[in-house]
Amino acid sequence: MKIAVCVKQIPEGSSRIDPESKRLDRSGEGALNPFDANAVEEALRLRDAAGESEVVLVSMGPARAQDALRKALAMGADSAVLVSDEAAAGADLVATSYALSKALEREGADLILFGQQAGDSDGAVLWAAVADRLRLPVVSQAAGVTHENGKVTVKRQTEFGYDVIEAPLPAVVAVSDAINEPRYPSLKGIMGAKSKPQATVSLGDLGVEPERAGEQGSRTEVYALGDPPARGESKKIEDDGSAAQVILDFLAEKRLV
Amino acid sequence: MSTLVFLEHHGDELLKGSLGVVTKAATVAGGDIAGVVLGSDVRALAEGAGNFGAAKVYVADDPQLEAPLSQPRVDVLAQLIGDQGIDTVLFANSVLAADVAAGLAARLDAGLNWDLVDLTQENGKLVGKRPALQDSVYVDVGWTSEPRLALFRSGSFDPSETGGSAQIEDVEVVLEEFSTAARMVDQAHEESEGPSIEDAPVIVAGGRGLGGPENFTLVEQLAKALGGAVGATRAVVDAGWYPYATQVGQTGKTVSPKLYIACGISGAIQHKVGMQSSGVIVAINKDANAPIFEFADLGVVGDVHEVVPRLTELVKQRKGG
Repeated sequence: MKIAVCVKQIPEGSSRIDPESKRLDRSGEGALNPFDANAVEEALRLRDAAGESEVVLVSMGPARAQDALRKALAMGADSAVLVSDEAAAGADLVATSYALSKALEREGADLILFGQQAGDSDGAVLWAAVADRLRLPVVSQAAGVTHENGKVTVKRQTEFGYDVIEAPLPAVVAVSDAINEPRYPSLKGIMGAKSKPQATVSLGDLGVEPERAGEQGSRTEVYALGDPPARGESKKIEDDGSAAQVILDFLAEKRLV
Repeated sequence: MSTLVFLEHHGDELLKGSLGVVTKAATVAGGDIAGVVLGSDVRALAEGAGNFGAAKVYVADDPQLEAPLSQPRVDVLAQLIGDQGIDTVLFANSVLAADVAAGLAARLDAGLNWDLVDLTQENGKLVGKRPALQDSVYVDVGWTSEPRLALFRSGSFDPSETGGSAQIEDVEVVLEEFSTAARMVDQAHEESEGPSIEDAPVIVAGGRGLGGPENFTLVEQLAKALGGAVGATRAVVDAGWYPYATQVGQTGKTVSPKLYIACGISGAIQHKVGMQSSGVIVAINKDANAPIFEFADLGVVGDVHEVVPRLTELVKQRKGG
């Protein structure tokens, strides 16, 4: 079985939006989107259970995003493909899902996994757009995934409890961040990652037309950045043994107790 | 403008979130607002949307739409939007609605702005408001083409009754083969046991920071002393520490009690959207950098295993004395 995991590099630490371009500032250090680590972990688990399987990482981002991919390779993924192209900058859901689906088409994976959301943009919808472009079944919010006889069975959490949904492969599944505890890369994994195949492809390589890429291929725009609505006064204390009393006094003052 | 609201239902009720979006649409877009209900045996529910401001409700009533799966709904909506020349489609966020909206965005090459908390019209242009970067920045966003798709954060708008009624129009259901490939084997049933936390005036909630399921007794005792209910985060529910019916957050309940005490909860965005409209938020967490401190009215950096039982005792003393 071939499993593709879609992963993203996000800015390390606290992020900022560039006031000029109104895009996320990606100039600093990068990290693997933590939600994607759950998808990588689930892929490794499914690969090892199935035997004779491989895990390929598929990503879009600046050339430096190879560093984040190396972290996922160190966890145990087998290879990585990065779609990197200046023309892809500023892509929204429409443009990103198109380019990513072109990259995934080339991989011909049996199972395509996503993490629950992007830690930078809070986007939590890409899988459904990619699945529609690839004309494949999709299941999201997976709290459990099993694979048997050419199909996946997914335990999905919704607002109403847990559903059980079955889909024939190839299929797209987005996993929740509660599905597993991602492993830390071992020293051997980190050393081994350096010799694993990491390809970089351009939009041209994938046959993505310029008018369907980046800002040009996007259908949404950002007008302005503003401050959040002001909150009431808030206070933060360290417990020195008196915190319970402080809370009680606070609740009493607010007439909540 | 021709605005359509995706009306989601569960059992025989339209969801409050969807109806809130209808109410919002009627004030922003003006003119005739249409809704669409997709499911099996849903005609009776569809009529109810008229009372919240929908002038027309399209009904796609088909056994193939019984399970809450996104892809068949994308097929029906794509057809409807094209046939009726609809330029704006609004969704209240849910697991189902998010997947429908994104599938539709790809199918129609239509712009989707998500996690919006407001929508306004400025100089004839629709502008959405989206909190970003842990809600530290509010971004004004828009669309460069039609149809425009918007997904609103849970609980952004309250429905209000207008006393109106809607004209019902049937919609044809033609599905793509790949859209019916995923199959519902067992659909979630609302858990009936346990008290409902949505109406509780006080909620004491526990997260992974409690360390183990046995420590939920600390949370239960504090909740009891305050006359409140117990809530939980997704992580502990998925881990089986506490029942699903108590889960607060994006895929759980949206609550707004007078007092919310978060014990050992980091305050990830999925949890936050379910409780941020609480009157007063108190957070106890040993990690001083936990995001919950960004929006708690009172934050205590400390050990829940010490602070919570001590607080329970103090509350009991005060009430007893």
